Amino acid sequence: MATEAGHEVKDEANPLADGLERQPIHPTTLTIFGATGDLSKRKLLPALYNLAHEGALPERFNLIGSSRSELSDDDFRELAQESIREYSRREPDDKVMDALLANVRYVSGAFDEDDVYEQLKEATAAFDEDADVVFNRVFYLSTAPSFFPVIVGQLGEHGLGHHDDSDVRVVIEKPIGTNLAEAKELNQAVLNVLDEDQVFRIDHYLGKETVQNMLAFRFANGLFEPIWNRNYIDNVQITSAEDIGIGSRAGYYDTSGALRDLVQNHMLQLLCLLCMEPPVNFYADEVRDEKVKVLHAIHPPKPEEVADMTVRAQYTADAVAGEEVKGYKDEEDVPDDSTTETYAALRLEVDNWRWAGVPIYLRTGKRLARKVTEIAVTLKPVPHLAFREEGSVGVQPNQIILTMQPNEGVSITLGAKIPGSRMRIRPVNMEFLYGTAFMSESPEAYERLITDFMRGDATLFTRDDEVEAQWAICDPILEAWEADDAPVHEYPAGSDGPDEADGLLRSGEHWRAI
Amino acid sequence: MSESGDVWSESDTTPAAISDALRELLKQRHAEAEAVVPARVLNLVVIVDREWRGEIQNRLDKVGSYHASRTILCSVEEGRTTIDGWASMTAEEDVSEGELAVAHEQVVVDIGPRHLESLDTIIDPLIVSDLATLVWAPHGHREGVDACSRLAQIVLFDSVDVDDPVAAVERSRKLAESHYVVDLAWLRSTPWRERVASTFDPHQWRGELQSITSVAARHQSESAIAGLLLFGWLSSRLGWKPGRVTAHGGAMRGSATAHRQEIKLSLEPDETMTTPGLAGITIETASGLSISLDRGPGGLTARRRTRDGSEHEWTVTGASRGESGILGEGIRQALLRDHTYAPALGAAGEMVA
Repeated sequence: MATEAGHEVKDEANPLADGLERQPIHPTTLTIFGATGDLSKRKLLPALYNLAHEGALPERFNLIGSSRSELSDDDFRELAQESIREYSRREPDDKVMDALLANVRYVSGAFDEDDVYEQLKEATAAFDEDADVVFNRVFYLSTAPSFFPVIVGQLGEHGLGHHDDSDVRVVIEKPIGTNLAEAKELNQAVLNVLDEDQVFRIDHYLGKETVQNMLAFRFANGLFEPIWNRNYIDNVQITSAEDIGIGSRAGYYDTSGALRDLVQNHMLQLLCLLCMEPPVNFYADEVRDEKVKVLHAIHPPKPEEVADMTVRAQYTADAVAGEEVKGYKDEEDVPDDSTTETYAALRLEVDNWRWAGVPIYLRTGKRLARKVTEIAVTLKPVPHLAFREEGSVGVQPNQIILTMQPNEGVSITLGAKIPGSRMRIRPVNMEFLYGTAFMSESPEAYERLITDFMRGDATLFTRDDEVEAQWAICDPILEAWEADDAPVHEYPAGSDGPDEADGLLRSGEHWRAI
Repeated sequence: MSESGDVWSESDTTPAAISDALRELLKQRHAEAEAVVPARVLNLVVIVDREWRGEIQNRLDKVGSYHASRTILCSVEEGRTTIDGWASMTAEEDVSEGELAVAHEQVVVDIGPRHLESLDTIIDPLIVSDLATLVWAPHGHREGVDACSRLAQIVLFDSVDVDDPVAAVERSRKLAESHYVVDLAWLRSTPWRERVASTFDPHQWRGELQSITSVAARHQSESAIAGLLLFGWLSSRLGWKPGRVTAHGGAMRGSATAHRQEIKLSLEPDETMTTPGLAGITIETASGLSISLDRGPGGLTARRRTRDGSEHEWTVTGASRGESGILGEGIRQALLRDHTYAPALGAAGEMVA
């Protein structure tokens, strides 16, 4: 089926679909590469079950698992059942689970083996033939990134990359490379076989309701847009703090670090949603075009600017929530001489008409004081401070705080008169809490994203140029850090981060307390 | 998740006293735990017979996450002349540090039949201003619903509860003149409508929509209206001209007219089915295609037969929502707007006019 700008273009609309909350999804065969892996067991299979439970899967749906493990169809069915029972957000209904997994297939083998793809070809064709319907094909690459080009190349080699009568889509998990060169190389390898509109680069963060709500906040409220520019906004702080350490992820984390793990993807996505111009509509490419414009307007630091525009640090042993915790270098499997940052802070600017001159501060870290993800937009102070009175903190600039977790919502700090005979002012909060205003529970991000890619809607997925533009910002920083051009500072576990991060701020500015 | 809450009650009380008590409960709860914040989504006013109050409360308790933020249950007791009030505020107890505990408020007002005529004056001080208000009277009490008309924007209604399909359509139409109507019978048919839409969505079957020659719906014996609403939906979406659908023994039969053909419509009661709603649908087209959907294990059992005699059967997965789930969905739908119900109701009305 033809797609344009990420949404399906049908020759003739289905009159029965109009008004339905859940729009029809074309019958689909989903193949998960890495089907016995952690992501599949913890997230994908439970998400598929929950969609099946809610009647949200396509009317006809087939599942194929593939990995190196030698399993039969029945073994894989059993593994899927166990995963669903353990990780589903709701108690599974056995009848629904049986129906979901009744026709499940499993193909074992290494991802570079031709036989795997021949078996997949046969299995998908058999599903079509049995049903007398040509199913769309979706291949989900839930594997180590090194297999992405291998699998996509093999799909192409075996004629699985395109189909005359159905849509073929490939879903790729992050990370897309570990630097710009790798990202470009991977994108090129993928696009040698597939068209960009077949590729869905998944970043589950974008599937979260509160991240999507940023678009509603900005573009459904006339209240904010007039002030959403350099004339009224003084600075922006984007924070993604975690109170936990790296746990057992040293193997991954020590080769990644905070910048690659969170800044290059999640935090730059938040920055884009905050700074982008209103798209003409909410079709995938219109939204992504606007995000890419923001990324292109960010001037990546030159090598000599990295030390002034960034701070990296590692946590040291201290107390968190009353418990002593290890420092990063004392964590299991972390090398003693590791320079991997567990904290990163950046000062960026978006050099365009709307944002020129507004510093945008990003910070993320492990083992910080608490878990919080928020964007704090600080407005410029009022021009005339008529309320200078002794005995109060006085007039503070207004702040608009968009909180993604743990308490999803929006708050605005306002100056208010303290009751009494004198005109004393202090900031107070006006809060909107997302959880109190809707009855619905937010669906799991993966459930939303699975239905989106099966429907062919790429709005919440990252495009090739978007990924490359993100790396273009982070690459010079990583290069400078790897060349040891910037020191690795330290911060006590349970703190707000290293003192050196204050050096990124302009005179009179402060980091918001975490 | 465990919940804890504070309770207030008073006999021979006034709406103002109940309103004061709610404010006091909120202060108390907030003082006990700062994380407690009241939900602010929807007021739900439920008017029930005193003797069936427990059953309705039980249904409301099971709606899962779709609690209204403030539920005001008006319990009508024969012979009562005074008002008794009971209010509680419950909040999730085991929330993590730094997270919110969303509180829900429940009010039970015991009233007599004489209060129904001016029920709005009792309810008015009790609803949260600026929130949407939904009124539901599962045991009739039209007088009470009408009295609340100025306060409620939405009426929850179950057309299956009205014995006669003609009267059900008429009642819903009447309510729709002044309110947005959420009809539980319509919501029970949502999975069926979604599946019919999906079945004809692939290009190879889409064209068959224009050549449908018959639709048969099987339904629980008291849910003929569910089938009529489905016929009304198909008529309004596919541009059919509704014809008369009349009773033939326990069944109903009739027709509609499309651009090129007449469509036979039939409703058959399924005596084995105990819960309200549809039991199955069969749609046939001029090309010899027949598609059936029937309740089955783990979802709906779909069968497709083509002119050449080939048959395919599969399961469209989905768990039954149960009557509590339907009620929860009804409460959730109060915040949305479905523009396809009114045309479907209109077409169903023409069929039984």
